[in-house]
Amino acid sequence: MAERSRRYAVRGPLTELTIARVRELLREPEAVFWVFVFPILLAGILGLAFRSRPPEALPVAVADGPHARGRMAVLSTAPELTVRTLSEAEATQALARGHVVLVVSGDDTPVYAFDPTQPESRTARLVVDTALQRAAGRADAFDADVVELSEPGSRYVDFLVPGLLGMNLMGTGMWGIGFSLVVARNGNLLKRFVAAPVRRSHLLAAQLTSRLIFLVPEAGALLAFAWLVLGVPVRGSVILLVGIALLGALAFSGLGLLTAARPRTIEGVSGIMNFVMVPMWIFSGIFFSTDRFPAAMQPFVQALPLTALNDALRGVMLEGTGLVPLLPELALLVVWGAVSFLLALKIFRWQ
Amino acid sequence: MRCQGLVKRYGDLLAVDRLDLDVQRGECFGMLGPNGAGKTTTVEIFEGLREPDDGEVEVLGDRWRGEGMALRARLGIQLQETKFPEKLRVGEVVTLFRSFYPRGLEVAEVLALLSLDEKADAYVRTLSGGQKQRLSLGCALVGDPELLFLDEPTTGLDPQSRRQTWDIVEALKARGRTVLLTTHYMEEAARLCDRVAVVDHGKVIALGTPRELIASLGAEHVVEFGTAEGGADLLAEALGGLPSVEGVVRDAATWRLTVREVHRAVPALLAFLAERHAEPTYLTTHHATLEDVFMSLTGRRLRDG
Repeated sequence: MAERSRRYAVRGPLTELTIARVRELLREPEAVFWVFVFPILLAGILGLAFRSRPPEALPVAVADGPHARGRMAVLSTAPELTVRTLSEAEATQALARGHVVLVVSGDDTPVYAFDPTQPESRTARLVVDTALQRAAGRADAFDADVVELSEPGSRYVDFLVPGLLGMNLMGTGMWGIGFSLVVARNGNLLKRFVAAPVRRSHLLAAQLTSRLIFLVPEAGALLAFAWLVLGVPVRGSVILLVGIALLGALAFSGLGLLTAARPRTIEGVSGIMNFVMVPMWIFSGIFFSTDRFPAAMQPFVQALPLTALNDALRGVMLEGTGLVPLLPELALLVVWGAVSFLLALKIFRWQ
Repeated sequence: MRCQGLVKRYGDLLAVDRLDLDVQRGECFGMLGPNGAGKTTTVEIFEGLREPDDGEVEVLGDRWRGEGMALRARLGIQLQETKFPEKLRVGEVVTLFRSFYPRGLEVAEVLALLSLDEKADAYVRTLSGGQKQRLSLGCALVGDPELLFLDEPTTGLDPQSRRQTWDIVEALKARGRTVLLTTHYMEEAARLCDRVAVVDHGKVIALGTPRELIASLGAEHVVEFGTAEGGADLLAEALGGLPSVEGVVRDAATWRLTVREVHRAVPALLAFLAERHAEPTYLTTHHATLEDVFMSLTGRRLRDG
């Protein structure tokens, strides 16, 4: 057979270990899906769901009565409103059920019924009042000029993409490293490596290196999709963006290493992974701003590594922030990465 | 390679109890014993994977320090069970292990040696149990080690794969490599090992060549029989007094006599049983084996010990 003369090129241990990791990952269809396809899919779907729509007309009811016809004529000219006439009872019910946001009734003096805690109702009150006042003869003091803004960078999808990128860096960093280490420990492979003349630092470095190799297509695919298809801007320096992604990937690799430092089983490591990641999915501003959490929680929220990563990514992409204002976030990532890495090395179970 | 006064505890369990061993260069040394006898623990201490609680260990004239890279480069280590990455190919796994050793065999050479060359491009996942075991052996051989550790290399293999593994180990012996092998198969120890240490409860209870160990029974044959009523009234002393019988071991209803000459012992035994109206339920004879040695020392079988 021709195989007899076949020669295998053998590279250095670090290179071979890294190649082995990359091969394993590429040959795992599920991994390829979660790493590359899923974030793009999610960005696409959420971008579609939360796309900016023209402002919707506010539904308003006019209660039947002597003035109903005249008020209908006035209000139906206002583009911000959709108006219908209902009996008094029907109108009250429609308001209670949220089918309309305001009901106009009353005799010569109109009566506005609405829920003042609803922003839409308050808007409707202003629009209705202005229209009726003008029709009754009030003159405007001036006619203000209006500038309408609808610019990329301020849409929900623009907010979302950096968050998804951060979430992906966290997920692949932690799972990618944690899973393979625990599988190797569980199958005695780690022990077998330790028994061979290979440095333990090389074993771990290969994990990090393969992780960084995957970062390029992973972050690249999501950003390219966001930029080309969704029109998400990158206002700041691309180099800084790459640097932040790199730092984030390393910080979460360290955290992944720490999570996988002790467990012997997949079940064990999955539990810890979720314990670490779920709070960040909720609190780190992936899908909505961290400002929504009360001030008392902010120190906790801001200390999470994913919050720092997301803030830094948003800063560079959406606001064009430079390096210096982002230093606190980046420093926090360095601390998380370094501390978890060193701790992981200290408590790592090799067998 | 040697160790003296080796002690290893796991909590209250004394896994290795003041164990001494001395393995010569170029010999194939076997540790034979039941599961839980402390074989693996002892081997892993030699391999530098565990620290002994007490005792001295010397491997290839060296001691374990730190990661022990220089020493590891001269060893080949096969663990009891290693799951190699399922999505790597056989050739890739051997190449990976080859990259760890500063010198060693060609990857293709190792694959040919283990008759895995036709499987070189197959994923590990698709290999049979025997092929996986051979791959594991290959990864231990790829650094062309001076000293090879094989921990139960054929446990769970079918007879054909077992014989194939034995052929590989014999080829290594022929090349003058030192091999330390643990097993609970007496045939394996008898066939491969120059010397065997019989281990039980963390101690060496007998040591010698397989031939010496069998000779220590004082007779070459074993007659085994069972009696219907449990042979309660058969006195061991009376059986021992039969012609040519050297030893008597009783395990419930089973009696086991070590005898020098079967043709003299069996007629006398049958006459003895007939006299007492104790019809034997079965009677077999075989050449004495290491299993008989273990039984005469411990009163238990190797396999379910």
